Amino acid sequence: MRPDDRPVRIGIGGPVGSGKTALVAALCRALGAELELAVVTNDIYTDEDAEFLKRAGVLDPARITAVQTGCCPHTAIRDDISANLAAVEDLEARWKALDLVLVESGGDNLTATFSYGLVDHQVFVLDVAGGDKVPRKGGPGVTNADLLVINKTDLAPLVGADLGVMAGDAAVKRGERPVILCSLVDDPGAADVAGWVRAQLAR
Amino acid sequence: MKARARVVAAGDGAGGTRLTTLRSEAPLVLRDTPGGLYLVGGAGGPLGGDDLAIEIEVGAGARLTIRTAAASIVLPGRPGDGPSNLHVDARVAAGGELRWLPGPVVAVQGCVHHVEMVVALEEGAALMWREEVVLGRHGEPPGSVRSRATVDVGGRPLLRHELALGPGHPGAASPAVTAGARAVGSVLLAGPEWATGAGSTVVGDRAVVLPLAGPGWQVLALADDAPALRRQLIAGIEAAARHTAGRAAP
Amino acid sequence: MNLLLLTDGRFPAGGHAHSGGIEAAVMAGRVTGVDTLAVFLAGRLTTAGRVAAALAAAAASGAHDLVELDAEAAARIPSPALRAASRTLGRQLLRTARSVLDAADLPDDLHHPVAMGVVCAATSGLGPADAARWAAYDAISGPASAAVRLLGLDPFRAWGVVAALMPEADAIAAGAAAGAARPLTHLPSCSAPLLDIGAEHHAASEVRLFAS
Ligand SMILES: Nc1nc2c(ncn2[C@@H]2O[C@H](COP(=O)(O)OP(=O)(O)O)[C@@H](O)[C@H]2O)c(=O)[nH]1
Ligand SMILES: [Mg+2]
Repeated sequence: MRPDDRPVRIGIGGPVGSGKTALVAALCRALGAELELAVVTNDIYTDEDAEFLKRAGVLDPARITAVQTGCCPHTAIRDDISANLAAVEDLEARWKALDLVLVESGGDNLTATFSYGLVDHQVFVLDVAGGDKVPRKGGPGVTNADLLVINKTDLAPLVGADLGVMAGDAAVKRGERPVILCSLVDDPGAADVAGWVRAQLAR
Repeated sequence: MKARARVVAAGDGAGGTRLTTLRSEAPLVLRDTPGGLYLVGGAGGPLGGDDLAIEIEVGAGARLTIRTAAASIVLPGRPGDGPSNLHVDARVAAGGELRWLPGPVVAVQGCVHHVEMVVALEEGAALMWREEVVLGRHGEPPGSVRSRATVDVGGRPLLRHELALGPGHPGAASPAVTAGARAVGSVLLAGPEWATGAGSTVVGDRAVVLPLAGPGWQVLALADDAPALRRQLIAGIEAAARHTAGRAAP
Repeated sequence: MNLLLLTDGRFPAGGHAHSGGIEAAVMAGRVTGVDTLAVFLAGRLTTAGRVAAALAAAAASGAHDLVELDAEAAARIPSPALRAASRTLGRQLLRTARSVLDAADLPDDLHHPVAMGVVCAATSGLGPADAARWAAYDAISGPASAAVRLLGLDPFRAWGVVAALMPEADAIAAGAAAGAARPLTHLPSCSAPLLDIGAEHHAASEVRLFAS
């Protein structure tokens, strides 16, 4: 999958508020010491995500680029990836030794997925608070993403979500494709997801 | 009327400036005063059919400031006289400085005025170039003005700036262009002192100070009248001065 | 057919993220509906559109040195935010064209209208007139579609406004094509102060949907 001459690119998609930025921060924390990293954010109407990551101090701010998407976050990661590609390539040109570029989508609905012209692998992030029926509804993100992350498991008792149902429905939709349940509050280093990322880099 | 004026300023080698040529003819009269060189309009400003041209040369080490005594009121001529034309041609040598700071051009109803400004700076020359256009006298509809500035530094383009305002130019009052503002102006700051810096570019709702691709800044502002425009332009020059080594004093 | 390919709104060259100044005009309350959109677009076409068409035609003519032409483009864009947007769009277009049109020898970093001209010159059957039409059309179609998204305008009425400007766009493109090979000092440089002013406010604003 990975072209030998450039870093691996991983897209992080999923609905607004599901924890994409939190996951990017967690991966920077977990992998920052062992890998050369850079991040592209696709904010819907601010550069809030990029600013959050810069303030969080998880990564050198010069390694974070925000892309504006003009009302259409899904267009920028799928139909017309040129602005994102330019941002990724600028980072790659600037940081010659990069191992990994994470691209966070602007957050959309369940149909938004990354073009494989932009990323090599993609993660789709759902959250427990969105309701335990979401995996059953499927959609390209839930069904086809290379990894499905069901985040905010700490909230399951509070919102009355049944994690077993979510995992089961996801498995039905996804077959062999992996699913990770996690709470970034309980595990701010997202150990399982970081492990999956390492495995992609090793392929 | 056709009139030609020409001024040549040379450095005297001791930090001072001598005017080695000063020629002018009505209605384009250049007057050397202790406060600087003034362009004194004849009776009124340019008139339809007028063909006016000024040539300015600033040598190495010379400093020249040209002002006008008042606003230029541009009036229509008699029917058939055609537009009024003003051509300003300036050259500044390395180490020289030209400050072109005329008063506003007031385009009176019915006028059709064309201004062509061509400025060639050698590398290391300094320039402060102000342009203010007011559309109509107070309470009157405006005439039309087209002005075009072509400024090069060391033979490379620094700024190409053309304004077409008034009823003769459909689209001029568009929300993309002036949104109907009556006063439109700019100041170009160029030269080593103004070597491009960075910083906030917003001076006011309708005023910005823009670092150019080449060595200089453009202050650009719109306002409802001439005094407000002047205040915005000065604020812009001051902002640019904060970002660079440039001197703000007008 | 190649001109249709390049000007298709779905051609992936990154234009969708730019509003052509309409987002700034909406933020400032200068464009509020279809009527103000119509005058915005008319003013944009006769200023920025005319300049872009002339630069594109000049680039497509092959009569000029590209570095000099690109410097002429930069000298016509005083706003650093707009220069950056023009550069970004130019680079994205060239990158897309290199790949889609299999034109590996295209340059990689030019202002957008110059890039349009260069892409036309490298595309079979296209020349200065096509580059000029493309640039003139792009000068109004981009902001029109952004306005529909920003203001929730009736898309039929918004595009009606664009359709009504086609004769003017044709005339501007024809003038640009006719002057394509003339000396660079003859290129128009019509400025639109509020596009420059708005672009800097937009770049400084914290909440925005479009890149420019
Ligand atoms: N309780 C809980 N909150 C979380 C978790 N992960 C993220 N959040 C919060 O969810 C909100 C949205 O997260 P964010 O990463 O900005 O979502 P994005 O829109 O997908 O990027 C923020 O307030 C996070 O702090 C989690 O595992 N548990
Ligand atoms: Mg986010």
